[in-house]
Amino acid sequence: MPDVEGLVNEFVVKLENRKVEGSHATARLTAELLRSVISQQRVPSTNQAATLIEAVRVVGDKLTAANPVELAVGNIVRRVLHIIREEELLLLTKDVGGLKLIVGSDDEDTAEGDYNHVASAAAVAASRNSLLRPSLHTLLENIQNSTLACQNSSGGDSEEKSKSDKNSSRRKVKHNVIEAVNILIEDIDACHELIAEQAVEHIHQNEVILTLGHSKTVLEFLSAAKEKKRSFRVFVAEGAPRYQGHVLAKELVKKGVQSTVVTDSAVFAMISRVNMVIVGVHAVMANGGVIAPVGMRMVALAARNYAVPLVVVAGTHKLCPLYPHNPEVLLNDMRCPSELVDFGEFSNCMDFGIDSGAPLLHIVNPAFDYVPPELISLFITDIGGHNPSYIHRLIADYYSADDLVL
Amino acid sequence: MVQKKAASRVSEDAEEELARAPLQAVLLADSFAQKFRPITLERPKVLLPLVNIPMIDYTLAWLESAGVEEVFVFCCAHSRQVIDYLNNSKWFGQPNFTIKTIESHNSVSAGDALRLIYEQNVIYEDFILISGDTLSNMSLTQALEEHKERRKKNSNAVMTMVIKKSKPSPLTHQSRLGTDELFMAIDPETKQLLYYEDKADHLKGSITLDKMLLADNPSVSLHNDKQDCYIDICSPEVLSLFTDNFDYQHLRRHFVKGLLVDDIMGYKIFTHEIYSSYAARIDNFRSYDTVSKDIIQRWTYPFVPDVQFFGNNAAKLERQGMYRSSGIVQSRSAQIGPFTVIGNGTTIGNNTKISNSVVGEGCNIGSNVAIEGSYIWHNVTIEDGCTIRHAIVCDGVIMKSGAVLEPGVVLSFKVVIGQQFVVPAYSKVSLLQQPTKQDSDEELEYADDSSGIVKIPSITCTSDKLSGKLTSELSETQRWATSEVGAGGVGFIWSVGEGGYEEELRHSVAPIPADKLAEIIQAANDDVEMSAQDGNLLPPSGELQPDSNSIGSEDNIEDMRDDYIYFEKEVEATFLRAVQENITEEHVVLEVNSLRLSYNKTSVDCASALFYSMMKLALETPHSSTSELLGNATNVIGTWQKLLKYYLPSLDEEIEVILKFEEMCLESAKEFSSIFVQVLHLLYDKDILQEDAIHNWATEKEGADESDKVFLKQSEKFIQWLNEASEEED
Repeated sequence: MPDVEGLVNEFVVKLENRKVEGSHATARLTAELLRSVISQQRVPSTNQAATLIEAVRVVGDKLTAANPVELAVGNIVRRVLHIIREEELLLLTKDVGGLKLIVGSDDEDTAEGDYNHVASAAAVAASRNSLLRPSLHTLLENIQNSTLACQNSSGGDSEEKSKSDKNSSRRKVKHNVIEAVNILIEDIDACHELIAEQAVEHIHQNEVILTLGHSKTVLEFLSAAKEKKRSFRVFVAEGAPRYQGHVLAKELVKKGVQSTVVTDSAVFAMISRVNMVIVGVHAVMANGGVIAPVGMRMVALAARNYAVPLVVVAGTHKLCPLYPHNPEVLLNDMRCPSELVDFGEFSNCMDFGIDSGAPLLHIVNPAFDYVPPELISLFITDIGGHNPSYIHRLIADYYSADDLVL
Repeated sequence: MVQKKAASRVSEDAEEELARAPLQAVLLADSFAQKFRPITLERPKVLLPLVNIPMIDYTLAWLESAGVEEVFVFCCAHSRQVIDYLNNSKWFGQPNFTIKTIESHNSVSAGDALRLIYEQNVIYEDFILISGDTLSNMSLTQALEEHKERRKKNSNAVMTMVIKKSKPSPLTHQSRLGTDELFMAIDPETKQLLYYEDKADHLKGSITLDKMLLADNPSVSLHNDKQDCYIDICSPEVLSLFTDNFDYQHLRRHFVKGLLVDDIMGYKIFTHEIYSSYAARIDNFRSYDTVSKDIIQRWTYPFVPDVQFFGNNAAKLERQGMYRSSGIVQSRSAQIGPFTVIGNGTTIGNNTKISNSVVGEGCNIGSNVAIEGSYIWHNVTIEDGCTIRHAIVCDGVIMKSGAVLEPGVVLSFKVVIGQQFVVPAYSKVSLLQQPTKQDSDEELEYADDSSGIVKIPSITCTSDKLSGKLTSELSETQRWATSEVGAGGVGFIWSVGEGGYEEELRHSVAPIPADKLAEIIQAANDDVEMSAQDGNLLPPSGELQPDSNSIGSEDNIEDMRDDYIYFEKEVEATFLRAVQENITEEHVVLEVNSLRLSYNKTSVDCASALFYSMMKLALETPHSSTSELLGNATNVIGTWQKLLKYYLPSLDEEIEVILKFEEMCLESAKEFSSIFVQVLHLLYDKDILQEDAIHNWATEKEGADESDKVFLKQSEKFIQWLNEASEEED
């Protein structure tokens, strides 16, 4: 059994040294780490959910501080907290429902257990609905949840029956939370696939697509369309200074997609021939704006100028419940200037031994741009396509308001 | 023997080894130098804050991120402080990163340290050798692979040195880091290091390469734009080499140069150049300044103030490279300029201006203070109206109102500067007295830190509770009455170090002032001019020295000129000795001839040098009037005319002597200018100069500038007389 603290520290160090890159990987690792934190956490008989929340919060605090720029960490921490709250609520309502049920039918039989549980699950769903704000998503989720809860309880039914009510419920919270986190991890894993499934609906025959830099989501999206025998062309803006666009172009060519690499500065010249801009982003903010690789704002403005739709593909783990003006949000990461220029070539411009000693040359290398929601036409997430104006609804579904400030 | 076995095993299954052996590093937490005195008398250099974080943390953070798993920290000076610090830091108890400290009290050099580590027998693999004041963000993977690859082919490739391109300033001949210009010869194919010279005399402007170097290698590229990063990947043999050569002290000066020169064992050193990553060592205050600025400009990313790479309080990056921690109390009217770092819990008063500076944690800065290009450490109190420019202010310093720090000042721990006191430029102030003994000796340079230092017992306590204590001490410290640092001030001003003022300029935090820089440029220009002048006087036989291959003809001439000055001095000494001890002319001729041979000079040089010494003797013999001076000259020349004549076999030499005399009259011996003609006449009378020589000289000078003709005009009559005399004879 690995020591949780050690695991946390290891991950913190990785985040600090910027060894984990990309929100997908970060999200997955964070979720896995939190899963082990939860599973190792001793739960007292009362207030189990609160203990779990506290434990996750403490770890989450450390993780977000380690790399405040990577918003996916905070997202996943909040998602897990939300899961715990949900499970607590579920249990609470279930108890209430169970009570009702017991009042309703005096003689509870072992043989009727299955039926009872389905009934109780329905009751749970009903009671939960009354506690939660109504939304399309919760309604949809309720159906899934109730079936899930039904399966879960039916699986461990025979053992649980023998144990005392409290004990089973205690184990259940933790157990259910872990189950839910597992589902979250599966979701994160499957997000590329789910997004890519929708590709054919958006990419049409003989279209010209423009993208900037490299994004795994975009790659999968375009490849999926290609696999479905769509024929289209892709312009890849190289994405200076890291030139990740070159990597994307190579990978696209491997998949048999007709690709053209252009410099970032040529985007405006090319955009009039483009049917759609598809890009990946770093994070999606609560107002529907996005934090994206540097140069994206320019691409978005060019697209707006020529009325070309700008489509953002992003997994739900990139959904950040914060607004871009929140003080907790560190919008940008100023990266090393050596990505831009060669130190040796400029070293004589930075000799502080002569002249005033004040640095005259400053090299700025921001990693991200902020693109406001007005410039974005559509978000394609693993749960379907959404308007920028709908993002706040999604956030209400995935996060609880109590966790916005960690 | 153990080492050998290990080595052979390495070559056999190096790949397996690579997979399982943990990567080790040796970190020298002592620089074995005194550049940071007086600060380092109280705190080891590796614990000095660099942009508010102790230097050693940068090094350790890098080692960790580079995949090093085991670090041996060698502590020497103030070892207790280093060990205590590490024990309380987060570095202990990391899962895949162990730190072991090795303590020593009698090691005085890097060589001693490595010998001790060898004795401990803990290194059994290739390791990283680094000192605790080096910071980098390079990835070691490639360098390590290259090193192991080379080792497999040739087990004599014992070391890989990391270098980086960085242009030295053409004006000051020093790198951005304040170190001397570094010359390296590297084989462009194999990257083998062939030559390493960091103490090249830039005044002479030449370096000397062994011609075997050129003969043995098909191609050699010579660089002066490379910076030594002081990060070495070493094989275990390096440790045993240090043990075998017990006189190796300095890593570069002795070890690297020793290996390069020694061709019996055939050990080789290779280089690995890094391009996009950063690496630098803090060697002096100048590099402290430069590296701090590089950190603020983010070249060391991810080791920058706004990234929490070591449990530190991450500051937030704002516009124009301004880093501010969260808990700052700042007046609305305070102006904090670009490229500034402000630490946690610092308060800043009204109308205070701070630019290009680093301010530590818990500082208290009053109103109307101006801070520019300075490094203020932690818990410093700066009262109203102070001015600080390009200075380093250590922990716990108190500056009373109106005090001024001029560029280059270093205030050591807990110094108090009195009201309105102006600390002169480049001075260093410490609570400890400057050691009276000046250790100029090479060996003593490494001497134990505490030697010769008067410690004030009540103040040397290093804990932070001193601030409370200080008030009680103030009453006791009435002996500071004659304070060197103003009324109510506490501290001694250290006099300028051994290196002298020039060294101080080159190595301080302050930029070299404009007038000094102009002087340096002027001096450089003069050098060029002078060498060009001398170039005309150079004998045609200016061959290359037999076993050297000088680079650049101009440098060569410079070299000759220097040589001539030495030669002249030697000849003068010989001559004076001859006069005092009545040595016969033949003996003097013998001695001068031997000098001529050893300095590779011609008889012209001998003649002018001898003549110069004679005239100087005449000048130095007491005299009250010019006529007496002429008498002196007559005497000297009369006595030694044969000697002079010996070196004047032809007209050319005689003309040379006249030219020399003219030069003397203009420069070193102006007294002679009034009696130039008389002396010329004297020389003619004594048959030292022939008539033709004087004529030739006159015609040669005919075309010269007006200013050069002063003596020609003086001697017009004499020449006329000569002409008439010869006509009469006809």
